Amino acid sequence: MTILGPILFAAMMVLPAWFASMEDTSSKKIAVIDQTQQYANVIKDTDYLSFEWLESVQVESISNSYQGEGYDAYIIIEQDLLKHPDAVKIYSDAQITFDVKEHVSRNLERHLENEKLNSYRIDGLDAIIKDIHDVRVQVKTIKLGEDGSETESSTELLMGVSFIFAMLIYFFVIMYGVQVMRGVMEEKVNRIVEIIVSSVKPFQLMMGKILGIALVAITQFLLWVILTAGIVTAISTVFIGDASDVVAANGNIEMMQTMAGDGAADVSGFEKQFGNILAKALSIDLIGSLFAFLFYFIGGYLLYASLFAAVGAAIDSETDSQQFMMPIMLPLIISIYIAMAVFRNPAGDLAFWFSMVPFTSPIIMMARIPFNPPIWEVALSMTILVATFIFTTWFSGRIYRTGILMYGKKVSYKELWKWFRFAGK
Amino acid sequence: MMFLEANQVVKKYANHLALNEVNLQVPENSIYGLLGPNGAGKTTLIRIINQITGPDSGEIIFNGRPLQTDDVHRIGYLPEERGLYKKMKVGEQALYLARLKGLSRHDALKKLKFWFEKFEIQPWWDKKVEELSKGMQQKIQFVVTVLHEPKLLIFDEPFSGFDPINANLLKQEILALKKNGATILFSTHNMGSVEELCDHITLINQSKTILTGQIDEIRQGYKDNLIKFDFTGNETLIREKLRGNFNVEKVEAVNGHHTAFVKMLNDATINDMIGAVINDAQIHGLQEVLPTMNDIFIKVVEHSNLSKPEN
Repeated sequence: MTILGPILFAAMMVLPAWFASMEDTSSKKIAVIDQTQQYANVIKDTDYLSFEWLESVQVESISNSYQGEGYDAYIIIEQDLLKHPDAVKIYSDAQITFDVKEHVSRNLERHLENEKLNSYRIDGLDAIIKDIHDVRVQVKTIKLGEDGSETESSTELLMGVSFIFAMLIYFFVIMYGVQVMRGVMEEKVNRIVEIIVSSVKPFQLMMGKILGIALVAITQFLLWVILTAGIVTAISTVFIGDASDVVAANGNIEMMQTMAGDGAADVSGFEKQFGNILAKALSIDLIGSLFAFLFYFIGGYLLYASLFAAVGAAIDSETDSQQFMMPIMLPLIISIYIAMAVFRNPAGDLAFWFSMVPFTSPIIMMARIPFNPPIWEVALSMTILVATFIFTTWFSGRIYRTGILMYGKKVSYKELWKWFRFAGK
Repeated sequence: MMFLEANQVVKKYANHLALNEVNLQVPENSIYGLLGPNGAGKTTLIRIINQITGPDSGEIIFNGRPLQTDDVHRIGYLPEERGLYKKMKVGEQALYLARLKGLSRHDALKKLKFWFEKFEIQPWWDKKVEELSKGMQQKIQFVVTVLHEPKLLIFDEPFSGFDPINANLLKQEILALKKNGATILFSTHNMGSVEELCDHITLINQSKTILTGQIDEIRQGYKDNLIKFDFTGNETLIREKLRGNFNVEKVEAVNGHHTAFVKMLNDATINDMIGAVINDAQIHGLQEVLPTMNDIFIKVVEHSNLSKPEN
């Protein structure tokens, strides 16, 4: 994981640019059998797809012969598509790509639209349509700095970053929380706990376990940050410095067609895309985000790890853990769903309240951080989080102390409550 | 002087009373047996002495003053439920546990070397615990318990799981520890080892102390004037002669050799008995039978269970 993580993160930045610059460049020949005789040459050829209308071929024979005749696939239009929209089928022995399917359906749809429009017999229709097609709006999002400076930001990118933050917190808290639970359970099942608690206090043992694993997690995280930064920097120097052999191509088939008229000015290569993403990523307050991430990670981890420790102390084997894991995991899982909504409206009520609730705030507030939420909200949410983890640590400590010395007992919530109340000195 | 005292210790759990005003007086440099049936409260008392849990009321006096937090460094505890980290190497683990007891790394290494050589387990140092047999693991646990030379040693069921050879080794080590000045408290169900090792005992049943004292005095106190009498001669005649002040409980006869168990009644003495049979039997041996700790244990516990029926 230590090495894989940074490679994964670097890939998240590099791959979208790479994919955007890549396309399916193998040529394909596709036969079309139009039994209605209405749609001749409606589907346009592209640079890589060519369509041939076969007039007098029997449907039965084509399925055997199409490959021999050099076709990669064949299309059969059985009936009038206005009446039976599903009467067109593409056959192939290989999976039909999404692009091909989209191309075929879009061409047919456009043809049908035109036919319908024509049936209304409006004068100057072509001019109107051309006029309509020329209408185009491009919204750019500009983030205003405090000094009035403007940086172009990308909403999509912010959503991406906030999604990564939310997922990372979720992933880290569960991964290391469960590690705490396993560790506690192992000590209990091994019976070494009785030897150790005769030397140190149970609370010290529990905190030692939680803090020890926290340090492992932070080390791991910092390693990831440094390695990711390293890999991204390395890639940017290699590619941005040298653009000659990067294919200047972009988009899917459809985009290629619409762009053909505009010339090649908008076509950007991999290195430009990548430079773009990098610049926009750097427009996010990296240091602030990193600090917030560390804070919410540690806060969220301490909150959940102490609960996981109590569960580990209550059970004798991992199979017993389910009933207690569920209520702990639930707020985490719900957080991810809420985070999805928060990406769309990071300043809404939902986002506000769930970034105050300490069980969801590490994920929800982290999802909001790239959108620069008000400082007072962040401060309030952090304060609540700290207060809550102090409480849960105390709460879990009481359960832990009794639990680690209880062997072979099937534990219920009622029992846990008793342990908590009678934890004594 | 008492090295360890428990005064009126009470411990309640959610639904039962684990210890009810229990007292304990362990003299310095003695071997003290803490006895009682399962669930009597022995382990709870031991955990309180180890400060794993605290008493609800009452106090523990350690070496003349109330028990303090850092006294854990002067106590060695071998719990009944004992284990080790399975994936950790033996040496590393022993070192870790020794340092938890307050030893410096240097001292811990030196002492571990001594004990590992003594038990001839030096080759295990770099092995993982899971590679060792249970008996081997117990040796390591024992070493870790005594390593920091505690003044008080607490063994909870030390012999469970030991094979006879290791059990004997353990016995020798316990006696050696006593010789070196340690005070030893141990709890066990093995009454044979109690008779062999203990100077004093306390018997706990249903959270209360029901018997305490020096082991010889207790056995004297519970004797029921039974004599084991080996002889050859006429059994019927002997029974006849012993009628009145004696009660012949059982006679085992093998090849004309008789072993009779005779109870003395009405303050009769052994001398009286010899006088009664001396002309009619050839006496091979005559010995007063002291009750075993096993018998006393069963008798006392059953008696206390009868007088205090479960509520």
